[in-house]
Amino acid sequence: MRLYALAVYLFLYIPIGVIALFSFNAGRHAAQFSGFSLQWYGKTLANPFVVNAVKTSFTVAVTSALLATLFGTLAAVALQGVRGRLRLFYDALVYVAVMVPGIVIGIATLIALVTVFDTLNPLLATLFGPENPIQLGLGKGSLIAAHGLFTMALVIIIVRARLQGMDRSLLEASADLGAPPMRSFVQITLPQIAPAVLAGFLLAFTFSFDDFIIAFFVAGSETTLPIYVFSSIRRGVTPEINVIGTLVLAASLLSLITAQVVMRRRSH
Amino acid sequence: MVNQTIAELRNVTKRFGAVTAAEGLNLAIFQGEFLSFLGPSGCGKTTALRMLAGFEQASEGDVLIDGTVVNGVPPHQRPVNMVFQQYALFPHMNVARNVAYGLNQRRPRLARADIAAKVARALDMVRLSGFTDRRIWEMSGGQQQRVALARAIVNEPKILLLDEPMAALDKKLRHDMQIELKSLQRELGITFVLVTHDQEEALSMSDRVCIMHQGRIAQIGTPEELYDQPQNRYVADFIGRSNFIAARAVGRDGERLVAEGPGGLRFVARAAEKTAGEGTVTLSLRPEEIRVAPDGAAGEGHEMRVTHRIFLGEHVEYHLRSAALDHLIAVVPRSTDIAGGTPGVGVAVRVSWRDGAALALAED
Repeated sequence: MRLYALAVYLFLYIPIGVIALFSFNAGRHAAQFSGFSLQWYGKTLANPFVVNAVKTSFTVAVTSALLATLFGTLAAVALQGVRGRLRLFYDALVYVAVMVPGIVIGIATLIALVTVFDTLNPLLATLFGPENPIQLGLGKGSLIAAHGLFTMALVIIIVRARLQGMDRSLLEASADLGAPPMRSFVQITLPQIAPAVLAGFLLAFTFSFDDFIIAFFVAGSETTLPIYVFSSIRRGVTPEINVIGTLVLAASLLSLITAQVVMRRRSH
Repeated sequence: MVNQTIAELRNVTKRFGAVTAAEGLNLAIFQGEFLSFLGPSGCGKTTALRMLAGFEQASEGDVLIDGTVVNGVPPHQRPVNMVFQQYALFPHMNVARNVAYGLNQRRPRLARADIAAKVARALDMVRLSGFTDRRIWEMSGGQQQRVALARAIVNEPKILLLDEPMAALDKKLRHDMQIELKSLQRELGITFVLVTHDQEEALSMSDRVCIMHQGRIAQIGTPEELYDQPQNRYVADFIGRSNFIAARAVGRDGERLVAEGPGGLRFVARAAEKTAGEGTVTLSLRPEEIRVAPDGAAGEGHEMRVTHRIFLGEHVEYHLRSAALDHLIAVVPRSTDIAGGTPGVGVAVRVSWRDGAALALAED
């Protein structure tokens, strides 16, 4: 390997390696390694704020990824039937959703949600009475919606690629053998695109679990894991941060590798 | 044998936007026959097949299967099955599940034991028993093709449609498969409709061949009829090889047309139905109908010079030239090759043909 390539990789991975290493630090200083220990893992996992943040992140990531996978897959299948200019238009919309910076999506979603809430909440108050008002607000719901919308574009792109690689004559063969369209979809299309659907779900999950920017704007009073890390870092880097970083890294890598393996398998 | 019609195209036209893929097709397919659509790519043969399968709907005219008009009936409701060009086997299923797919779509459902028995019998027919648990990608091209065949015939379709099923096989395998397919068809008694661009394939397997040209049917007939009595120049040229000679009709001799070719050459030609007794005609003369004798041999003949001599094993092909005939191809069996040694390039020979060897074609 060329020297500069080595330098690039070192620059990329040494900080991550340091975080993982220091998560096993026995001492209480984040910058000074004084022997291996799992004590910070114990302390971190016993911290109710951390546990709550993990729970929130996990709930939001699973729910938004499920929604994104369901609607993204349906959208990808529907887009297969669209031709010509309309197809180009939809394709552009999907790619734009992926390319727009997170901060823009965060702000835009926040403004949109707040505007909608401000319009709907007085109406809801009149409908259900002022004593026991059902009021819309920022929270898990808005997190799930924002993440779900963004990651749906990812799912669409992944599933579309697989659908386009699928032999169209398989569906004709299925019809020819007596299967009505809906049964052909379930028996032929779904198994064919299943690896892409699963990979899309895992990517969507990873994105949501790791996301800070969009979550920061639309989380309201909820604290996701990245938000917790961000707020506690202001009080200095503690070994606890290293532990969280290492755990999130491990979870993300696992999910990404699974997605890759699933995509490779059966793609001949 | 009484020819009972199993399917029919009545004045069928298919347009894709501004492109007319098939025009005015009229054709009856008989119960139990092996019919081929033959023609170059883009001639409409695949469109015709896909209209029988239901993947395409006719823009005009009627498609009938088993006496019923099936216009607008989707593929899954038609009693026909297809063997696809690239086989289109389901990669996520093993061989047995692929073959059972059609049976599993029946409603009300068939008993599991019945399905298993039918699958086993179909696999046996294509000599693949023992392959039930194989994955598709573990099989060779020839084996995959037989799975595709089993998957179609297991449903006992009224018509089996085959879309260039042999295109992906190598030459040796293709020849074996042709024989196997033909005997399978005899055994099953199912009507087979094959699409191919390979005339040898069509001629060797089919009871009748439908030659397509630019979206129209050029001629339908048995392989012998197409070879011996082509109705137009396209068919005469497409099936086998032919020398085409422009001539002028000078009279009739019963069934025969007497024509005068270039340089006053006289032909007594069989006349295709539509040929008139007067005016210009195109004569088709098969290379194997031409006799080649050494110059100075007894009997009549037209003197020509050899421009090429091609050794073809059992046959020798001569390219000949004279003042009257620019280019004439003659194919002579080697066993009856000219006495006294075969003439080489530049040698003068005496060329003749019997009365009725030439066929007068109507102008297209």
